[in-house]
Amino acid sequence: MIVLEWGDALVGIILVSHSKKMAEGAKEIITQVIGDKVKIEVAAGTSDNRLGTDVFLIEQKVLEVFDGDGVLIIPDLGSAVMSAEMAIESLEEPVRSKTHLADSPFFEGAIAASMEASFGKSLEEVKKAAENTRGMNKIA
Amino acid sequence: MAVGSAKLIEIINLVANDIQENKDFLTQLDSAIGDADHGINMSKGFKAVTEKIAAMTDKDCGSILKTVGMTLVSTVGGASGPLYGTAFMRAGQAVGTKKELGFDDLLLILDAALEGIKMRGKAEKGEKTIVDALEPAVEVLKSSPVNLKLLEEAVKAAKDGVEYTKGIIAKKGRASYLGERSIGHQDPGATSCYIMLAAVHRALSEKSS
Repeated sequence: MIVLEWGDALVGIILVSHSKKMAEGAKEIITQVIGDKVKIEVAAGTSDNRLGTDVFLIEQKVLEVFDGDGVLIIPDLGSAVMSAEMAIESLEEPVRSKTHLADSPFFEGAIAASMEASFGKSLEEVKKAAENTRGMNKIA
Repeated sequence: MAVGSAKLIEIINLVANDIQENKDFLTQLDSAIGDADHGINMSKGFKAVTEKIAAMTDKDCGSILKTVGMTLVSTVGGASGPLYGTAFMRAGQAVGTKKELGFDDLLLILDAALEGIKMRGKAEKGEKTIVDALEPAVEVLKSSPVNLKLLEEAVKAAKDGVEYTKGIIAKKGRASYLGERSIGHQDPGATSCYIMLAAVHRALSEKSS
């Protein structure tokens, strides 16, 4: 069993989507399940409210969430992946090497990663939890 | 050809203008096989670019190109943001602090842009992307010393590349979900790339005529 001390840093999660509504909706469901102890931020949509992703917004959200234990980015598709990669490249150390991108289904990956992060797991474990949701059965 | 910072800004503005004029056409192409936003996204991005570089006439060419790239990645929204953004940022790195560009630099710029796009999009020729227009153009420019005539041939090669995308299956982006149903449609990204190259050629022709 993992005993968390108050104030222990947890891995942060960034949801990168073309749609702000989709990412905020995902965050809403996840927060209902695990509470607000994990920092989950949304970097979605463009600054003029179109569907799309913004490299600087992602970078800014990573910096907001980062507190030493790392950040996992969960992208939806296409430009979200490329924008997230660019955001990571433009970060400086030590943040850069502790910010990873998950190759997972968007919602399932996000909830599994957030859950794992809430247990105080490492960035690698949180990323693995997200990626292990690929191929997961929904119907028994 | 000697392109200083002010002329470079003029060329980029002409590119922006042509993207603007083709906005509906690009969106129409994208609505057939993508998410119907390529024209709108590119137009938003290049409008922001024009505003951003207007006051950069005293800056070096590398800084101007990098600013174009940085602006595109935060304003376009779709995949063309990181793709063209990377292309312009790589191009800026390639020319560095030069304050004047010649035809050789044009090859440097487009070669760096191509490498950047291939890296960012993990794309190769034949996948119905920007690469199908840009790579043939760069190949032409590499074939002999660059001049206006060779650039014209490169633009023609890019146009042929756009035609070529009509016959192939999309392997990247939203269009890839369509599989074989993407055949028959020309790629919006390859098209915008051709429009940009043609604009550069036109801008340089005007100068020397």
